[in-house]
Amino acid sequence: MADLLVYSEKTQTACELAAKGREFAQALGLGVSAAALGEGAAAAAPELGAAGADRVFVSEDPALAGWPADAVAAALAQIAAEAGATVVLLGSTRRGKELAGRLAEKLGAGAVTDVNALELEGGEFVAARYAFGGATIAREKVASDVRVFAIMPKTFSNEGASPGAGTVITPALQLATGMKVVERRAKEGGAVSLDAAPRIVGVGRGFGKKEDLALGEELAAALEAVVGCTKSLADFQWLGEDRIIGLSGAKTSPDLYVGVGISGQVQHTVGVASAKLIAAINKDKEAPIFQMADYGIVGDLYEVVPAVIERLKAV
Amino acid sequence: MDIVVCVKTNPDPQMVRIRNREPVLEAVPYKLGDLDKNALEAAIQVRDAVGGKVVAVTVAETNRKIKETVKEALAMGADEAVIVDDPAAMTLDQAAVATVIAAAVKKLPACDLLLFGEGSSDNYTGQVPSRVAEKLGVPQVGYARKVEAAEGAVRCERSMDEMIETLELPLPAAVTVVSEINEPRIPSLMHIMKAGSKPTQVWTLADIGVDAAALAPKQEVVSNLAEEQDRKHVLFEGAAAEQAAAFVDALVKEGVVGR
Repeated sequence: MADLLVYSEKTQTACELAAKGREFAQALGLGVSAAALGEGAAAAAPELGAAGADRVFVSEDPALAGWPADAVAAALAQIAAEAGATVVLLGSTRRGKELAGRLAEKLGAGAVTDVNALELEGGEFVAARYAFGGATIAREKVASDVRVFAIMPKTFSNEGASPGAGTVITPALQLATGMKVVERRAKEGGAVSLDAAPRIVGVGRGFGKKEDLALGEELAAALEAVVGCTKSLADFQWLGEDRIIGLSGAKTSPDLYVGVGISGQVQHTVGVASAKLIAAINKDKEAPIFQMADYGIVGDLYEVVPAVIERLKAV
Repeated sequence: MDIVVCVKTNPDPQMVRIRNREPVLEAVPYKLGDLDKNALEAAIQVRDAVGGKVVAVTVAETNRKIKETVKEALAMGADEAVIVDDPAAMTLDQAAVATVIAAAVKKLPACDLLLFGEGSSDNYTGQVPSRVAEKLGVPQVGYARKVEAAEGAVRCERSMDEMIETLELPLPAAVTVVSEINEPRIPSLMHIMKAGSKPTQVWTLADIGVDAAALAPKQEVVSNLAEEQDRKHVLFEGAAAEQAAAFVDALVKEGVVGR
């Protein structure tokens, strides 16, 4: 028996992978296994079954606490062997991306990370990811016996997924980690999660000073959106690192993205390219952001944004 | 403490232009990766705090810009450099690069701490550090924004989702860093001039005991083209109030506001 194995430390992402994985597995004549690892992992098993997993391998081994890459990779390699996995789909979160290389090395596998599209072409997987800092999309095939793909969250959907049997298996794993968790503390000042935000207002260097970002926040409030930014604003320490969108930050796929005072350097726009609707406000008509926008306002953000907020209040 | 920093020569992604959806790499300057500089800066700071040596390790690729890259690393403050330069190691996938780096690190007299940028400036796969850590059988922490080394251990801080984590690894260990960890120094003219006299070793695959057959690619790039964006491109010009009205109306029609 051969299987397709899915894993992410984020249950929602793992469910997305299980649902799409089931479609791939049916086309290839494979079963679907999922892994749920770490403290409290057993609770995710029913959801993974409902999303499409035939088998759910559960381990709450203490070595997996805090998801150290060495122990998680060891667990997945052992589970992959037991399940006879020929394809492994991971979530390309920070942890998943770190894990992908280590697991692939253990499996003697080629791997593609930050995958934003995965398709079967003539029975072979073709994975797409950004290259050259986002300027191009590289489409890659993996030639090894086992293939590892780390896939961006929300690339697939588990809505209307066909369920699998969801049989829970508790494997006997040999695990150890060198990583010691000294402390984990919640971020102060209300950390934001851009990955899952349905609406995002992006702010960039068009804002002249930190205080002016209040205008961006106000627009976000009127749109019920979350504020994200370009890397340079985080470099100025106007906003925290968790607000960065793009190559060095979040890759988002909101229903609406409004870029304000953002020129549209590709290092930022790769993080919003898959938004359903892109809008932009910029004083430079030639700004690259307008080339990727559905709707754009050419104008001074200090005049336009208050007018937009005013109008939104009237809707 | 013996610190190894793995660095890569990248085409400057800001300078890559697109013609007929194809990336144009002619006349694009190559440079040391941005995050590689953060890793070097972190290594130099650890060395200056606890003593020891920083060795920059790299693989020469087809672009042949390797000498400048290594010189930049030495000018920043690395003590020595190792270049693996072999005709059979010029276009490698991530697994093969990791094989070469791991073999080169094993040939070094000592390595307590391996530092990397979290990704390369061009392709950002993040695979090489994890693969090297696995090959060397050492623990790893990615995305460090603070690195402190003491005798026998390294302590890192990183920001993951909604949590700040403080993690400790016994040495030897591998750590990748993010850009916010530090502001990489810009070498002075004196340091640039001195860099030329620092020891640089050039090794072939035979020197590090790697058989070219072990570098066979595990993956293949089918195509690499600029994305075709299918967007509406509606621009509103005129007075702010009119623009705002037309803009908000468009968002209402799209169903993204006013529901």
